[in-house]
Order: sequence, then C-alpha cells, then structure tokens
Amino acid sequence: MFLNDVVIETHHLNIYYGDFKAVGEVNLQIPEKKITAIIGPSGCGKSTLLRAFNRMNELVPNAHIEGEIIFDGRNLYDRTVDPVEVRYRIGMVFQRPNPFPKSIYENVAWAARIHGYKGNLDELVETTLKKAALWDEVKDILKQSALSLSGGQQQRLCVARALAIQPEVILMDEPASALDPIATLKIEELMQSLKENYTIVIVTHNMQQAARASDYTAMMMLMDGTRSGTVIEFDETNKIFTRPSDKRTEDYVTGRFG
Amino acid sequence: MRNASHIFEDDLSARTRAGKRWQVVFLAATILAIISLTLLLINILNSVFGFVVLDSKVDPATLIVDGIPLEDQSSDQLIGVLKMNLSSGAFNKLEKEKSFAQRDRAEIYQLVEERVLKVEVLESWSLLDSIFKQEEVKAEYQTLLETHPNAELKFISWLTRQRLVRPQTSEVMTTGIRTAILGSLWTIFITILFAFPVGVGAAIYLEEYARENWLNRIIQTNINNLAGVPSIIYGILGLAIFVRTLEPLTSGAVFGVVDPLTANGRTVLSAGLTLGLLILPLIIINSQEAIRAVPQSLRNAGYGLGATKWQVIKAHVLPNAMPGVLTGTILAISRAIGETAPLVVVGASTAISFDPTSPFSKFTTLPIQIYQWTARPQAEWQHVAGAAILVLLVLLLGLNAVAILMRNRLSHKY
Repeated sequence: MFLNDVVIETHHLNIYYGDFKAVGEVNLQIPEKKITAIIGPSGCGKSTLLRAFNRMNELVPNAHIEGEIIFDGRNLYDRTVDPVEVRYRIGMVFQRPNPFPKSIYENVAWAARIHGYKGNLDELVETTLKKAALWDEVKDILKQSALSLSGGQQQRLCVARALAIQPEVILMDEPASALDPIATLKIEELMQSLKENYTIVIVTHNMQQAARASDYTAMMMLMDGTRSGTVIEFDETNKIFTRPSDKRTEDYVTGRFG
Repeated sequence: MRNASHIFEDDLSARTRAGKRWQVVFLAATILAIISLTLLLINILNSVFGFVVLDSKVDPATLIVDGIPLEDQSSDQLIGVLKMNLSSGAFNKLEKEKSFAQRDRAEIYQLVEERVLKVEVLESWSLLDSIFKQEEVKAEYQTLLETHPNAELKFISWLTRQRLVRPQTSEVMTTGIRTAILGSLWTIFITILFAFPVGVGAAIYLEEYARENWLNRIIQTNINNLAGVPSIIYGILGLAIFVRTLEPLTSGAVFGVVDPLTANGRTVLSAGLTLGLLILPLIIINSQEAIRAVPQSLRNAGYGLGATKWQVIKAHVLPNAMPGVLTGTILAISRAIGETAPLVVVGASTAISFDPTSPFSKFTTLPIQIYQWTARPQAEWQHVAGAAILVLLVLLLGLNAVAILMRNRLSHKY
C-alpha cells in the first residue's frame, strides 16, 4: 500500500523491556489527518507500540528501542531530540481517564501554562473544551474538581487537555475501554470531529469500534514461536474487515479466535 | 442448600465463629491499648494535683504593708520587704547580679518567695491519696503541726500559670519550666528547618530521579537501617560532629555571635541538628511512601502533555504526596520532641535559668528537665516533673494538631 501524506513512519522498529523483545520488526506508516486503529489480541504489544510513538515507554525502567521512528523528517529517538518536545507535539489519551485532581479549568489550563502559553487562558479553555464537545456540560462548573465528572466526561476532559497544547498527533490507548456504550459513542464522535485537524492513532480491543471509527487499521499479532508482537497487516479499514490478505487477520476479525 | 454440597464440606457456622473469634481478639487489643493510655494519663494527673503541707519561715501575715497583702504589693513595696528581711550583704549581692530596677514585679515576687517566705514542702500526697485517704492526710497534718505551728494544709495544682513563665530554680515551689519550653521549641524549630527540606528532597530524589542500580539499592537499605539505630548513637554522632568538629560553626564563633554563657558547641543548634539527623531517615522513608502512593497514571498524564520531570513533580507528585509527607513528618517530630538520651550526650544543660535567645544559646529541653527532676530523691520533685510531663504532652498534641490541620487543608482542596 502506498500513502501520500505520512506523519509517522517506523523502520525495523524493535521495542525491548530489558532483554525481552516486546515488539519486533514493525514497518508502519501513519497517514496524516486520518484515524489509524491498532488491533490485535491481548499482550501482542499494541500499547507498547503506541507508547513508543511519543517516547512514553521510556518511563518504564530498562525499556529501549532499536530501529527508527521518523516524525517530521527526524528520528524521534535521535540523541538530539528531547522526549519532552516529542510528547508536546504527539499527545496522548490513556486507557483509564486520568484527570488531575484539580479543577476542570485547571486541568486544561495547566497543560497550556507549562508550555508558556501567552494568550488568554480563559478563551483557550473555552475553545478547547468546545473542541472536545464538553463545554456545554461543564461551562457552569469549571471551578469544580475534575474528579466529580462521570467517567466519559473525564475522558473527554483528558482529550481536551491534550488538545490544549495543539499537538499534531493524538495517541489514544483504548480510550473507551473503561466507558459505557454511550460514553464510548461520544468519544468516537469526538474522534471524527477531530480528524479534520489532527492525526489520531487509537489502540482498541473493540473490533466494532475499529471498524466504525477508523480509516486505516494495523493488525498486530505475536510472531510464531515468540512472545514478540508485530504488525502482520496494515491497510484501509474496510479492506481489513472485508477481505484481509492475511489468513490470521481474517480469523481474528471474524471472531474465529482471539 | 447448595447443589454442589457433595464436593464441599462447608461449615458456614464454623467460618462465622472463626471470624467472630478474631473480631474479639482485635477488640481486646484495642481495649488494652486504650486502657494503657488511660492509665498513663491517670498516672500523670495523679502526680500533678494533690494535698501538700506548706510551711513558710516567715508568716506572710507579718509582711503586710499598709494593709496590702503580699500578693498585691507593688515592686517597690516588695523590694522594701526584701531589704527589711535580708542581710544587707545578701541584698547587695542580688542587686549586683541584676539591678532591681531591671527586674520586673514577677521576678521580685519570686525572690520574696524564695528568700523571705522560704516556703517549704513538708509533705505531699498524690491525687488518689488526696481523694481516698483524706483521714490519713489530716492525721499526718496534725502531727506536723506539733513541730511546725505555721504549717498549712492545701490542695494545690503543681502545674500553675507561674510555673510556665518562670525559669528553673532550685526551689520546688518556685521553680518553672519556661527555660525548658523555650529550649524545646528552639530545638524543634531547628530540627524541622533542617530535617524537613533535606528529608523530602532526598525522598524526591530516591523516588523520582534515582535509577535502579546497586548503588541506590545500598543507599536505600542504609536509610532503612538508620531508622532503627538507637537514638543515643545519634547523640554520640552529634557530639563528635556538631559539638566538637563543627564547634566554630555551632557555637556561633564564625558569625562572631558567641553567646558569652556558652563559648562551646553545646548549643541549641547542635541539639537541633542532632535530632534532625535522628529523624531524617524517618522523614525520608515516610515521604518516599507518600510519593510512591501517587498514582503512576497521574505522572503519565503530566508527561503525556510534554511536561518536564520537575513540572510533573512540582504540580502533581508533591501536592498529592504532601498529606502523607506531613503525616510522616508529624510522627518524626513527635519522636524528636520526646528524645532525651541524644541530648544528654550532646550536652544539654541541667540547670540553667537563662532563656535561649538564639541558635547559639545553651539550652535545656522539657524531657531533660523531666528526667532531671524525676531523678531526685525528694517526693515533691516528682510532682513538678508530673507538671512538666503534662506540659510536654500538651505541647506535643498542639504541634500535632497544627500539622493535622495543615494536612487536612491540603488534602481537602479537592
């Protein structure tokens, strides 16, 4: 498959925790301003791969990578690249909603403030919360604790927080797995509205979600006889779900195993 | 009944009974603890209140000037009383120590009490004896009256407002604990100033920055072990380092502010730093626990937004760990306030009547004072010691209350 606008590109990417190779030989292209889903059975390294894209896995002791991840013409893991800058341009939403135990306002404002935001914080908070489709629900309770929100609202607040610093890519690690179907739907709607301006990469266990919400899908699976996962197939989502070229993908998406 | 009962030999009532048994055991443990604490409190109160037989060398009635009883006389009148009743040599000596013009009324009144009235404790009883053995107390008083016709039987509290504000003296009825209270406060102040920032800083480093390697594991193990080292060892350490080696610093010599009364390193500063070393491991360990308890997801959220390590620590880790850090610090400081042994080694003064005025002052502390008084053979000093213990407990509870309030304010923010 050939893509025109590629944001992130990996070359022979191997990810290790100590001596253990968690992900091996990934050559993947993430298309710009599209939603790319990463699917696959548990423990095949989906989250590990996702966290490699903004160097979050470095927070795990002994984690390291081989190969390259090219973003904006540079290898993200180049010595001259500061991981803080990477995470600033490639934002992340986590599996469980993790708002700061501060006010709703402060959750969004803090993100902007640490990067020295010079504009009007109030305006930024409002536009950001509107982008995250949360403004109408929280505009009267901005000073309340973010922990008083429901799980789905908290997760959208986490999206808003990530948007506040205007990243180019947003990584989502199973963002709806802790939410009920209605809250999940809202997150999916939010993703659709965001893809005009942002590239989104989402890890999901939920096959319907990948089929519904994504434009491209990467299928990951453990390599034969090892405990290392790799991408076995990457294509447009409707192709992955209707006529996959790999037999294992077909088995997986049709529910024959996994 | 369960369908699968043929493969389970379940005796639900036995399980319930076992649970009840343990509940009773735990309840008993709690009751035992409460009883111990109650006994402790009763024991202290027992020595603080009670009957005494007092005898003064001079009947206060004879010292009434112009119809004004001694307690209400002005400074000048009291000085007159002193002049009349003391030899001129003794009076001049007092004047030479500190001129009467400089002494306030309370001080002069105390002198009258000590030098003229010379109130003596002939006999003293504990609170329980005073309540339950009143007959014996009265019989004893009658026999004492035969030899001391002026003696009077009084129910008193050994803890009075005057004791709190008076310096230490050698007379049991007039001695006070102001010197010791101020000494304790000064020492604890320096202890906190040293141990809190250093301890929390070390905890942050060990939890957030230090890599998992053999060197840091050794450091961690040693900190854990240091928390169990007997306090007297810290006293010896403090003596060697702060009192002897760093004497120019701890005596104030390098700052040119040596207290003329000390001129060596046995100062508030040495004591505070020694206690600081003593509680440093406790603060580090407790702070580490608190920092570790901050959910990793919170740190991830911060890092995920492109925050630097310090931004994450400052905005999220520390504020969320602070209630736990403060709790640990409270416990550590409570321990430091009650420490006696290391201060004996570092060289707390046993008998000083001058208030500590700077980190370079000689000092005594409440536990030292209590220790010294309880070591005396005369029964009446046990009562004064009891009064000092009560003050120490109140001081401790007061500091704890302040810290708990601070903690609650921090943790109720959200």
